[in-house]
Parts: sequence; C-alpha cells; structure tokens
Amino acid sequence: MAEVRAEMVANVWKVVVKEGDTVSDGDTLVILESMKMEIPVLTEDDGVVTQLKVNEGDVIQEGDLIAVIE
Amino acid sequence: MLTETLGPVLVANRGEIARRIIRTVKRMGLRAIAVHSEADADLPFVREADEAVLIGPANPAQSYLDAAKVLEAARATGARAIHPGYGFLAENAAFARAVVDAGLVWIGPAPEAIDRMGDKINARNLMEDAGVPVAAGTREPVTDLELARKAALDIGYPVMVKTAGGGGGIGMSVAHDEEALAKAFEQAARAAARFAAAAAEGGEGDALAGPAILLERYIERARHVEVQILGLPDGTVVALGERDCSVQRRHQKVVEESPSPGITQELRERMLAAAVRAGEAVGYLGAGTVECLVDADKQDFVFLEMNTRLQVEHPVTELVTGLDLVELQLRVAAGEQPEVRPEVRGHAFEFRVYAEDPKRFLPGPGTITAWAEPAGEGVRVDSGYEEGNTVTPFYDPLMAKLCVHGETRGQALERAREAIAGFTVEGPKNNLPFCAELLDEAEFASGDYDTGLVGRMRGGRA
Repeated sequence: MAEVRAEMVANVWKVVVKEGDTVSDGDTLVILESMKMEIPVLTEDDGVVTQLKVNEGDVIQEGDLIAVIE
Repeated sequence: MLTETLGPVLVANRGEIARRIIRTVKRMGLRAIAVHSEADADLPFVREADEAVLIGPANPAQSYLDAAKVLEAARATGARAIHPGYGFLAENAAFARAVVDAGLVWIGPAPEAIDRMGDKINARNLMEDAGVPVAAGTREPVTDLELARKAALDIGYPVMVKTAGGGGGIGMSVAHDEEALAKAFEQAARAAARFAAAAAEGGEGDALAGPAILLERYIERARHVEVQILGLPDGTVVALGERDCSVQRRHQKVVEESPSPGITQELRERMLAAAVRAGEAVGYLGAGTVECLVDADKQDFVFLEMNTRLQVEHPVTELVTGLDLVELQLRVAAGEQPEVRPEVRGHAFEFRVYAEDPKRFLPGPGTITAWAEPAGEGVRVDSGYEEGNTVTPFYDPLMAKLCVHGETRGQALERAREAIAGFTVEGPKNNLPFCAELLDEAEFASGDYDTGLVGRMRGGRA
C-alpha cells in the first residue's frame, strides 16, 4: 500500500483517476494548482486506486492525503 | 500640473506592484486607493493606501479579475484614474475600454493598442509589416495538431509552441521533434482553453473558440533582451534602454540586468530603433516593452512580443536612468508631454524573490515567520509582504524584488552578493539560496550566458 500526499498547499484543479482504476508508475492521479502553476501528482507505484480523498476545487494542505494505491 | 486632475488613483492590483505604484501616487500628492481580496487583507499595500476596498474572495476570477467589481470600487471611492499594474486586467482591452467609458483615465496605452499587441500572432504580423525582424513562424492561428505538424516542418525543428494570449510562460514549450510537438501542442491547447474560460468568466471572450496557438522557430542559446519604450502624447516614442532577462526557469524570468552584457553598442542601437518603430506603428502611449530574442553569436535579434503595461522588472531601468516610470505613466496619462532624455548610468540587477524551493522551483506558499530586508548603497527592495503575512497559493509566487545598482557590473554584483546574504525570509520556501548560487556560477558572472543557463545548472530540469 502506498499513500500519495500533497507536497504543498494547493488547489485541486483536475482529478484524473477514480477509485478502482488501475495505475502504474508515472501515471498522473490529480493535477494541483498553486501559484499559477499546474503540478501533476504522479504515482510511483503500480496498483489500484483504493482511496481518492480529494475533489476538484478542494484546497489541500502540505501533507494531506490525496490517494492510496494498493 | 495636469496630473492633479488624476487623483484619486485606484490601483487595480496586489502585492509588491500595488505597493510600488501607491508609493509614487502618494509622492505626487494624489490619493491612492487599493482594492484587495479577502486573502490579502493583511498585506502592506492595503494598509499603505489612503483607502482600501475589499472586492471579493481569494479566487482572482471573483476579485482582481472581476472588472465590474473594480469599476464599482472606483465609483464608490470617487477615483478618477485606474492603474492596472501588470497581470490581472492590465492587458485586457475590454477592461481598458470600460474604464474609459466610465469617464475614468486609463493609465496605459489605448485599448486599440492593447488589442493589436495582446494577440501574439497579430503582434508578430504587425511587427513584420513594420519592418521589425521576426523569427520564422505561423502567421495564422494553429488550431489542430495536424496543422501544427505541417507548420513545424515548414519552419524546421526545434520550434517554440505557445498560446496567442496569456503570459508568464504558461502553456509554452519547445519541441525538438514530432513526438514532442504533440505533447507541446496539447499543453498549449490546455492553457489556451483556460485563458479562454477565464476571459469568458470575466464577461468577455468566447470559451468555446478554438485554441489560438502559434509556432515559431526556436533559437537555441538565445538571450532574451527587451527594450523599454515610452510613447508620448505628441505621438513620438522614446526608448529607455534595454533589459537582459535571460535568467529564466520554465520560461519565466528570475533575474534581469541592464545594460545587457550580451549585445554590442551597434546591436543595441538597432534594437532601440526597432522598438521605437514598433511603438510608433501602433500609436503607442505610455510605458511598454518590446521583447526580443538575441542570437548572441550572430549579434542579431528577432521580435518576440510586446507587453502593453509596466513590466515586473521595470526597476532595473529606473536604477540606470534615474527615472520613475510610474510617474511618467501618470503624467503621460494626464496628457502631459514630459521631457525625457534617457541617459544610462552604471549597471543594475533585479533578483525576483519567489516563494518556491530553490532546487526544483516548485511553489512553496506559507506563513512568513521572519522577514528582514537588506539595505545599503545602491540597494532597493520592492516587496509585497512582511513578517506575519501569509503567502497564499492563489497568486503568483513573487514575494519581493531585490534590486541593486553599481557604477560597474562588477560592483553591482558585489552589492547583490551582500544584499542576498542580508535578506532573511523564514516560513515559505524561497529561492534566495538559488540567487546566491547563481552569483557563484562562472557563466552568469562572466555575462556570457543565455536562456538555457538555469536548465544547465539544474541538469536540464528547469
């Protein structure tokens, strides 16, 4: 199981995957936006997205859980 | 003086530039009015204005980009002129028109000039027709990937792919082959769609219009050199020297200097003359910037784009010319014909202090727990924040501009080194360590660098 967390305060601009999707290393899970910059959040693991904790438009804090890959 | 008729002046911006404009407005004896979002209520520019109006929530679309709210604030406070700063509504011709229609003075060029230069495709064509050199590129909007592929073959790789609107390096990328072109095109199309959506939200433009994208021949090892111009009421345009903005990450400037160490006097004269021609071709009034790409080896240049507003890096020009560009903007907007005899003295740098990590340059917003600005001979700091403020993720990462002036480039660099070491910022991540690292980089110190410098310092990852 791997947890993907936010590296910075940001707005969730786009949610690319949904719970149940199969992903592999390097796939984009969500795209964050902070300070006028788009920041794709990638998975470093292969697996299934078992939890997706953010919605488009959310403001998330550094360290917040974005997704769980199992 | 005519400028007395301008006040009160509403500053439709935030952060360091709002603060800097307010300073000159007040020095000229005029009342300064700030507008701000909920997120910015505690920033210095709000306090330093004579009056401040809350215009909406943090989201810029509902505050700084909302033309109706800004105009309502102007009406409510009795403002007679609006200074847009840079970004937000500064290059929005519809807003400029609305300001004029409301009977207010727009401190910027005529809306028609913004229209003609705001679209990068149109601007390129106009400049080419005016005899200003441009890079090989597309004269019509490229609306799909197939057209992009054909255009790239005509132009020859590598090509720069960018959106006709927007700025700040957003949606811009270089493609060295067809595979990279597909990626670059997709990225630009996404950015173009967002610009269109933002414009539609602001009550103008069409969100459903196809993406307007242009391709241009990409010059490897180019310098980015721009000319500051000032259009006067009598129709003449003067050039106030150049700025070298070749230190960039993600196609966005980090450090600027004037004069440019990478051009000969002969090239400088040609560029300044071309910039004057460019300004006169669009009947330009007020402060503007003609951005060019310089091939340092060939000592030749091409037109890149024109910015119809005050530029972030205007302080370097102020430091070497002794002029106050905001004052000149106000006087020209009031119909005065200031006598400007630009004379460049010494050398100046600007270091943009961004809230971002100094290695990967990723955003690092946060609360400022300690903030101490350097001072000293030749040092100027234009900042938007102070201790206790929070740098939020809603706006660009620029916290301050550390500017230095010296009699020579060497002296200015020495002063920069001391000033950077003497600047304390704690809380948000910041790029001061990168600025210090840059000063130790032989390529930068020599002056013989190009827009690839930061990428090389970071092993191609910037």
